[in-house]
Amino acid sequence: MALGNVFDIAGSGMSAQSVRLNTTASNLANAQTASSSVDQVYRARHPVFQAIYNKEIDLDASRINSDSEAGVRVMGIVESDAPLERRYEPNHPESDEEGYVFYPNVNVVEEMTDMISASRSFQVNVEVMNAAKQMVQRVLSLGQ
Amino acid sequence: MAISFNNALGIHEDALRFRGQRSAVLANNLANVDTPNYKARDIDFKTALASKLNSSSQSLKLATTSHAHNNATGLLEDGGADLFYRNPEQPSIDGNTVEEHIEHAQFMENSLAFQASFTFLNSKFRGLLTAIKGQ
Repeated sequence: MALGNVFDIAGSGMSAQSVRLNTTASNLANAQTASSSVDQVYRARHPVFQAIYNKEIDLDASRINSDSEAGVRVMGIVESDAPLERRYEPNHPESDEEGYVFYPNVNVVEEMTDMISASRSFQVNVEVMNAAKQMVQRVLSLGQ
Repeated sequence: MAISFNNALGIHEDALRFRGQRSAVLANNLANVDTPNYKARDIDFKTALASKLNSSSQSLKLATTSHAHNNATGLLEDGGADLFYRNPEQPSIDGNTVEEHIEHAQFMENSLAFQASFTFLNSKFRGLLTAIKGQ
């Protein structure tokens, strides 16, 4: 039933956006986490989304199959390659021999816009689900 | 005069099913608004209607050996109407062609059309009920 699919699709959108919101929260929380070595320092993480197709054959299908539309999922979470920030802080307990510490490559402004985008997309999915709920409720009252 | 449910309900039953399927396609577009390389899709009502009108006049039908058998024709018969890809007004750099405002507007329009079809269908049932009761 197509209207039942809407709930799955909107639900997958909501969970994908909440993963995105989660990584944003993690990035913002760790924005000031300094470390003494390049390998250990926190790097900004971002999820990569992918459309779900239940059957691989349907990838290029131009016809609706009852279950070819299945929403979105998080394919993976990638760490940012942006350059790290090296600061001279000799009093920092984590500083190396030369007195430098490494700060994460988290861009706070970028994270804030990402957060707004994620929460707006989440809202859209909630609205879609609400509209689908109303449609199903109406169908249930057919003939009354 | 016999009352036929098939004739009485008309196209509204199929229209309602079409609206339901289209809502799933549009919901999928909205869920994939941040997916790289996702191409927004939609179903065209006009082609779905045209294929329905064609199929009811000449295409293959199930054999009806009894007057009680239903003709299994529908707006989205055997699995599908044609999906088409949307042309974006402002293509984005990651290859995604979903434009949220357009999809949102289309979804709302679709659910209003669903309500309209539902109202028509409901009034058909009311009419049948009145005919059955004879009051």
